[in-house]
Amino acid sequence: MTVLSPGTGLEAGSAGPRRERRRGRVRTRWTGWGFLAPFLLVFLFALVAPIVYAVYLSLFQDKLIGGNRFAGLANYTEAFKDPQFWSGFERMALFLVVQVPVMLVLALGVAFAIDSARLHWAPLYRLSIFLPYAVPSVVGALMWGFLYGTQFGLLGQLDRWFHTTLPDPLGNTLILPAIGNIVTWEYVGYNMLIFYSALRVIPNEIYEAAELDNAGAWRIIWHIKLPSLRPAMLVATVFSVIGSFQLFTEPAVIFPIAKDQIGSAYTPNWYAYNLSFNGQEYNYSATIAIVMGVLTVIVAYLVQRIGRRGQEA
Amino acid sequence: MTGISRSAQAWRRGAAVLAAGALATAGLTACSSSSTSGGASSTSTAGANDMAAALQKKSTLTVWAWAPQDKDIAAAFEKKYPNVTVNLVNAGTSTTEYTKLQNAIKAGSGVPDVAQIEYYALPQFALAGSIQSLDGYGLDSLKSDYPAAVWDAIDINGSLDATPQDTGPMALFYNEKVFKQYGLTVPTTWDEYVADGVKLHAANSSEYITADSGDPGFTTSMIWQAGGKPFTATGSTSVTINTQDAGTKKYTAEWDQLEEKGLLSQIAPWSSAWFTALGNGDIASLVTGAWMPANLEGSAAAASGDWRVAPMPTYDGGSPASAESGGSSDAVMKGSSNALVAAAFVQFMGTDAGEQILADSGGFPAENSILNSSAFLDQAPAYFGGQKINQVLSQAASSVLPGWSYMPFQVYANSIYPDSVGKAYANKTDIYAAVSTWFKASAAYGQQQGFTVTVQ
Repeated sequence: MTVLSPGTGLEAGSAGPRRERRRGRVRTRWTGWGFLAPFLLVFLFALVAPIVYAVYLSLFQDKLIGGNRFAGLANYTEAFKDPQFWSGFERMALFLVVQVPVMLVLALGVAFAIDSARLHWAPLYRLSIFLPYAVPSVVGALMWGFLYGTQFGLLGQLDRWFHTTLPDPLGNTLILPAIGNIVTWEYVGYNMLIFYSALRVIPNEIYEAAELDNAGAWRIIWHIKLPSLRPAMLVATVFSVIGSFQLFTEPAVIFPIAKDQIGSAYTPNWYAYNLSFNGQEYNYSATIAIVMGVLTVIVAYLVQRIGRRGQEA
Repeated sequence: MTGISRSAQAWRRGAAVLAAGALATAGLTACSSSSTSGGASSTSTAGANDMAAALQKKSTLTVWAWAPQDKDIAAAFEKKYPNVTVNLVNAGTSTTEYTKLQNAIKAGSGVPDVAQIEYYALPQFALAGSIQSLDGYGLDSLKSDYPAAVWDAIDINGSLDATPQDTGPMALFYNEKVFKQYGLTVPTTWDEYVADGVKLHAANSSEYITADSGDPGFTTSMIWQAGGKPFTATGSTSVTINTQDAGTKKYTAEWDQLEEKGLLSQIAPWSSAWFTALGNGDIASLVTGAWMPANLEGSAAAASGDWRVAPMPTYDGGSPASAESGGSSDAVMKGSSNALVAAAFVQFMGTDAGEQILADSGGFPAENSILNSSAFLDQAPAYFGGQKINQVLSQAASSVLPGWSYMPFQVYANSIYPDSVGKAYANKTDIYAAVSTWFKASAAYGQQQGFTVTVQ
C-alpha cells in the first residue's frame, strides 16, 4: 500500500535527493546547450537545413504533367549519365588543371618579390595586386566583358584604330582561357597575401644561418622559403580547387554577350541554375548540386591527402 | 522501456500525419476557394453580367506587364471603373517575368491577377494549369475581331486563355539608301534576298544584309513563314515534334547560304552596337515584327527618312505569306481572388479602348477594326520617308499563315537554343542539323516533364 501511494513521506524522502541530483544534472546539460545555441542555430539553419532540404528535393520529381512524386534515386542515375553535366564537369577539371597552377605560380612569384625587400614601395604593389580581389566579381567580369568585346569594347576599338582583326576572346576557342584570365586577375592578390603572410612568419634566425652558410637568394628560396610555404600552398590549392568547381559568376555575367559559347551548361553550377530557373526542374537541379558538392569534396580531399603525404615524406 | 519508446514513436508519427493532413486540407481549401471565385462563374453563361456587377465593387487588381502603353491603359480602366484599383507592376520583360511567374506559382503565393505573356509562352502556362480559362465570360464572340492566327494563339485546346494585346506580323524593313547605293533590288523571293546579301557584302565588307547571330524566336518564325509545322500538340499532354518538317528544311536550306558564308552580321540584337549599325546602314535590312517602327525611330534616329517597309519575301514569289514574331497576350492567372474583374481588365486591354491606346502610342494592335481603320492605315511617318507603312503591316497581319503552334515548353526550349543552333551560328555550320538537335533536346525535356513526346 505504501508503495502504491504517492503521498507517503517515505517515498518523498527517498526520492527527494535523487530528484534534486537529476535536476542538477539536467540544468548543467542545458547550460552547455545554452552556450552552444547561437552557433548551433546558425549552423542548423544556414548549413544543415539547406543540405537536408536539397537532399529531400533530389528524391522527388515534379513534372508539368503528372505533378510531384517520390522518385527515389532516379534523379541521381540520370545525373550520372547526363552528358551536359559531365561536359561541364570536364571543362571545369581542365580549367582547374591549367588555371590553378598558373595563378598560384604567379601569386608565389609576386609574394617572393614583395618579400625580397628589394622593391621600393612594396606596400603599394601589395595593395594594387590585392585590389582586384576587393572588386566584386560581378563588376570584374563585366569590366573584362567590356575589354574583350570585339564590337563595342576595347578590342573592337583597337581593331578600328589599327584596321586589324584581333582574335575574339569570346569566340569558340579562346573563351575558356579568357574566363581563366578573369579569375586569375581576381585571385592572384588573394593567394599572394596567403603566401606573403606565411613568408613573414619564417624566423629571422633561419635566414641568418643561411647567410652564414653563404646561401644565395635562389638557394634561400629553394631550401627555406618554399619548404616553409608548403602548408600555405596546400590551403591555397584546396581553396582554388573548390573555387574552380564552383565557377558561376564569370560565365553568368558573360552569357549575355556570348550566349552561343556559354550555352546553358557551361559549368555545373550554371547548369543547375538554368535547370531550376529556366526549366523549373528544381529537383534535378538539387541533384546536380549535391553530386557536384560530393565530387568537389572528393577532389579537395585527394588534393589535401597528396599534399600531406608530400609533407610527411 | 521499449514499449514506451515505441508508443512515443507512434505518437510522433500520428502528429506528423495530423500536421500533414492539416497542411493538405489548408491547401485544398485554398484551391477550392480560388476555384469558386473564378471557376464557378466561368461555367455560368451569365459571365458578362457577373463581370459588370463585380466591377461596381471596391477591388484591387495586381497586373504584371512590361509594355510601355500599359500605364495609360490601366489609368483609362481606373477612370472607367473608379472602384477598381489597378496595381501595375513591371516584373521584367519576357523570360525575366516568366521566371518570376513560375516561381510565384510554385510557391503558391504572390501570383498576380493578370500577367502579360507572349504568344509563344502561353501554351506552357496554359497546359500547366496556371491560367484561368476565359470561357464563359462572353469573350468568345470576339473571335471575328482578330486575325485568325492571333485567335489560334490564344485559344489553346478549345479553351480561351488570354486576350491579345499587340502582335508582330513580320515584314521586311530595309534601308532604301543603302539598297540604292549598292544597286540592290527590293526582294520578293528569298533567293533574291540571299543574292542581295552576297552582292552587298562583296561590295563593302563592313555592310551586311541583316544581323542574325541565332535567335530562337526568329528561327521558329521563319519556319512558320516557310509553311512549317514542326510541333503539333494533341490534347494537353502529348506533343509530336517533327525533325523532318518540310518548312524547317526549306528555311534552313535558304538561310544556310547566308549563315555558312558569314554574310550575317553577328552583332547581338538590341545592343547599342546593333542600333548604331541600323542607324549608319551597316545592317541594311531586318526581317522582323510590325512592332519594330517605334524602336527604329527611337533608337536608330540617324537613319531617319531612309528606312522602308516591304512585304516579307516568299519562297516562290507567289501569294504573300507572313508569320508572327513576338507579340503578347494578357492572361488571368489561376488563383486570382478577383477573376471576374481580372477578366474584365484583360477584355478592356484587348478590345477597343486598350487597343486604341496601344496603337496611338506606337504599339502594333491585334484588333481588325483598328488595323483596317483609315486613321491607322493613312499614317505616313517621316522616319519612313512618308511611306504609309501600316498598309504593308496590316496586309502582313492578314497574310500570317494559319495552323502554327509552339511547343508547350517553348520557354525552356528557347533557353537551350544556344547549346545547339547558337553553336552552329558561331561555328558557321549547317543550321538544319543543329535545329534537329535542338528539337530532340527539347523533346527530351518534354518527356522529363511528363509529356508524351513523339519525335519524327
